[in-house]
Amino acid sequence: MDLVAAVGLQILYGIANLALISLGLAIIFGMMRVINLAHGEFLMLGGYTVVIAANAGVNLWVAMLILAPLVVGVIGVVVERLLIRWLYGRMIDTLLATWGLSLLFIGIVTSIFGASTATTISPPLGVVSIGEYTSSAYELLLIGITVALGIAVFLVLKMTSLGLVARGTMQNAEMASALGVSTSRVYMITFGIGAAISGLAGGLLAPVTGVLPTIGAVYIAKAFITVISGGAAILAGTASASVLLGGVNGIAAFLTGPTIGEVALLVTAIVLLRLMPRGITGGLFRKSL
Amino acid sequence: MILARDVRGTLAIAAVGVLFMLIAPSVLELFTIINLTTAIALAVLALSLALVWGYGGILCFGQNAFFGIGAYAYTIAAINFGGSSWAILVAILVAVAFAVVIGYVMFYGRVSDVYLAVITLTVSLILYSLIRRTSGPDYKIGKSLLGGFNGITSPPINLPWDPSFVLFPEHVFYVAMGALVVAYLFTSWLTRTHFGRVCVSIRENELRAELLGYDVRLYKLGIFAVGAGVAGLAGVLFCNGVGRVTPDVFNLYNAALTIIWVIVGGRGTLIGPILGAFGLFYLTSALGTQSTVNNNLVLGIILVVFVLGVPKGVIPTLAGWMAARRTRRALRARERRMRLRRARGGGGRNDGAGAGAGPGGGGPAGAGRGAGAPE
Amino acid sequence: MRQGGEVVLETRGLSMHFGGVRAVDRVDFALYEHELRCLIGPNGAGKSTFFKCLTGQLRPSAGSVVIRDLHVTDREPFEVAALGVGIKTQVPNVFEGLAVEENIWLSARRWHPPARSRSLTAETLERLQLGDIRSSPVGRLAHGQRQWVELGMVVAAEPWLVLLDEPAAGMTHEETVRTAELIREINRTATLIVVEHDMQFIRMISHLVTVFHEGRILMEDTMEAISADPRAREVYLGHRG
Ligand SMILES: Nc1ncnc2c1ncn2[C@@H]1O[C@H](COP(=O)(O)OP(=O)(O)O)[C@@H](O)[C@H]1O
Ligand SMILES: [Mg+2]
Repeated sequence: MDLVAAVGLQILYGIANLALISLGLAIIFGMMRVINLAHGEFLMLGGYTVVIAANAGVNLWVAMLILAPLVVGVIGVVVERLLIRWLYGRMIDTLLATWGLSLLFIGIVTSIFGASTATTISPPLGVVSIGEYTSSAYELLLIGITVALGIAVFLVLKMTSLGLVARGTMQNAEMASALGVSTSRVYMITFGIGAAISGLAGGLLAPVTGVLPTIGAVYIAKAFITVISGGAAILAGTASASVLLGGVNGIAAFLTGPTIGEVALLVTAIVLLRLMPRGITGGLFRKSL
Repeated sequence: MILARDVRGTLAIAAVGVLFMLIAPSVLELFTIINLTTAIALAVLALSLALVWGYGGILCFGQNAFFGIGAYAYTIAAINFGGSSWAILVAILVAVAFAVVIGYVMFYGRVSDVYLAVITLTVSLILYSLIRRTSGPDYKIGKSLLGGFNGITSPPINLPWDPSFVLFPEHVFYVAMGALVVAYLFTSWLTRTHFGRVCVSIRENELRAELLGYDVRLYKLGIFAVGAGVAGLAGVLFCNGVGRVTPDVFNLYNAALTIIWVIVGGRGTLIGPILGAFGLFYLTSALGTQSTVNNNLVLGIILVVFVLGVPKGVIPTLAGWMAARRTRRALRARERRMRLRRARGGGGRNDGAGAGAGPGGGGPAGAGRGAGAPE
Repeated sequence: MRQGGEVVLETRGLSMHFGGVRAVDRVDFALYEHELRCLIGPNGAGKSTFFKCLTGQLRPSAGSVVIRDLHVTDREPFEVAALGVGIKTQVPNVFEGLAVEENIWLSARRWHPPARSRSLTAETLERLQLGDIRSSPVGRLAHGQRQWVELGMVVAAEPWLVLLDEPAAGMTHEETVRTAELIREINRTATLIVVEHDMQFIRMISHLVTVFHEGRILMEDTMEAISADPRAREVYLGHRG
């Protein structure tokens, strides 16, 4: 029984982890049809923000929950203004340009902080015990934060005027701009929010994974798979794909080991895409969130 | 007529390649030759993406996956077989088979360009993280350990009929350069065949190709698989040049590099990406010897600058300039003739008109060739 | 009015819905061999969508399409084309970056060996008077010429059933007349459906005309009868311009 609970918790954490690293990417993709290849570097920058701030004496929670999203959100807005906005409607060029950006970020961070791990910080909160098994309390907290983040995004999209405008723009940009909505501003804010959430995710994971200039690559493969398998709907897509892929990965990893777990995740995604090329929530219907 | 164009250019380039192959070992130092072998392997990889992306229009962001698979398959097979000849064939076939599986999912699912780019990149990254985990004695294929992030030492190529006669690095250079020339001739031939032209037409307009009765999925799968085979060959050459294969062949940096060669060299040409690979190889090796400017930084800037500023790439842009200059010169020549004619008065009007029509008529034909297949 | 031949194309209850829009709504349609049928109707009547359902470009929401006793409802476009169906879309679909002759050659070569496709390409270029611009890239041509390149691709495949969506759109009067001639010529060897707006053009080429309105067939008759019909005039002729 305790084993079931402990394993279940581990799988749940895997699912939450996928959702957390994918949400920022999913927001930018779902709203703007832009696949941000610098997504991994947004996570990486969030991680660096936390490590640097914590080492400079800033409270860890402030660094993770406020500084990381703020810094990366601002970077996102700058990137959108300087680069992305010239490329709307040119999806392939956007992909390539964001890839260039990704290399640029890796290069800058490596030049400043060196290629190896910056001073790490350890996860706060210690462990909780489930019968004879233990689990990291911080991982439990991350599950909670991921759920809360999902709910927050849902509420913003559903309840606020910003969400309404954003949904309108993403369904019909021309119509929205005819109604006086500044599409350009909506895109800028969306990109900023997507970046901020990526920064938050990167910051939250920094104590668990440590930081490296190239750590983005570790995240993006999984984030891409999750977002593509999920399809265009931001929340429904991310949630369903995270549950499916994270679940398969977790179960396979428990039964056979982490390597097979990743193979299982990849195979599931491939089979899924053959059956549903537009992802679980379908690329055509943008109505669901 | 349609298929016979620009064959001379291709043969000229191949001849330069052969000449280089024959001369280089006697003028260059051994170290340079060994380095060149690696650069040549990368050029073959560039060539494979030039075919798949530049001609097939398939946005493969993970072409290095097939390259890495080729390198691993060669190394593992050569260790197991105790010789390289069959291992080379196995490497190419494994890369092709892998491409067929991935390609089947993507093309028969009709996933869009952007998804395709991300899926192929993801496949490469997943392979990277998978192979990195294979340290220790549990992970082996036949006699060969996979070696995790340390990789495997690759057995050098031997003479086909004598496994005990292992080639020296300078001989491997001949093999690599020869392979590049053959691969170049093969891919240019392929782009001129009916199959190749259909692939180009699919790049131009997928729906029209489909409405003409071509099974777009099959053609895409075909050129994707051929490209993977060429990339697999590149992998074989690469691990021979370097002497070992590590999971790094699958990493994000190499995926980006492959794309950048093609962007810089130019889509729609075969020689452009080959030159792009050589150029960037020497640029990054030069940068590698100093520590102030980071390689990623430079590549990132190159990529952004080219996407925003030179989206067609160097070779097509140069070709465009040259064509424009030719047209301008022709126009000027015509103007001169007209002025001359006017100065001479009405005499010889017929003659002048005939000469004037010459360059004008030549313009569109030349332009047509440029837009069709600059290769 | 019906030519006595057999039915070569038939739809039953064909419907295509986009969300709430019923672009094609339970259409029963039959086309006889050797016929040259015109399809008219105001913009948004569902003509192009109907064409796309016939050729596999869209999966119909309901109903069936039968071409020569073969159900093609769920086939891919290339499979429909492989039955010998030539298709010209409303928005010209050509290979912009390729030369005119290569566009045509790619069509001919799909069904014929190399030598025959070369001669077929030459014939087609001649027939459509595209010889002078054979080596220009299609992307640089004027709209009317691009339409002809697309027609050339259809012709070069030697189809027995031809579907043309607004083949004369954007053409000068002179070009339109030539297109009408060409269509009549194609009709000697093939059955056709032509979507068109231009009344004069339709009078030039067709006997039987099908009027589409709001996704349905409003009526099917000769051009004279349709011109005289108040309903047709209201939905179509009245709305023109
Ligand atoms: N892909 C599509 N998605 C949504 N609505 C569509 C789509 N294609 C066509 N429609 C709608 O279907 C109706 C019929 O369009 P169409 O077949 O193009 O008409 P026509 O060719 O007769 O002018 C129109 O109301 C159009 O807006
Ligand atoms: Mg229409």
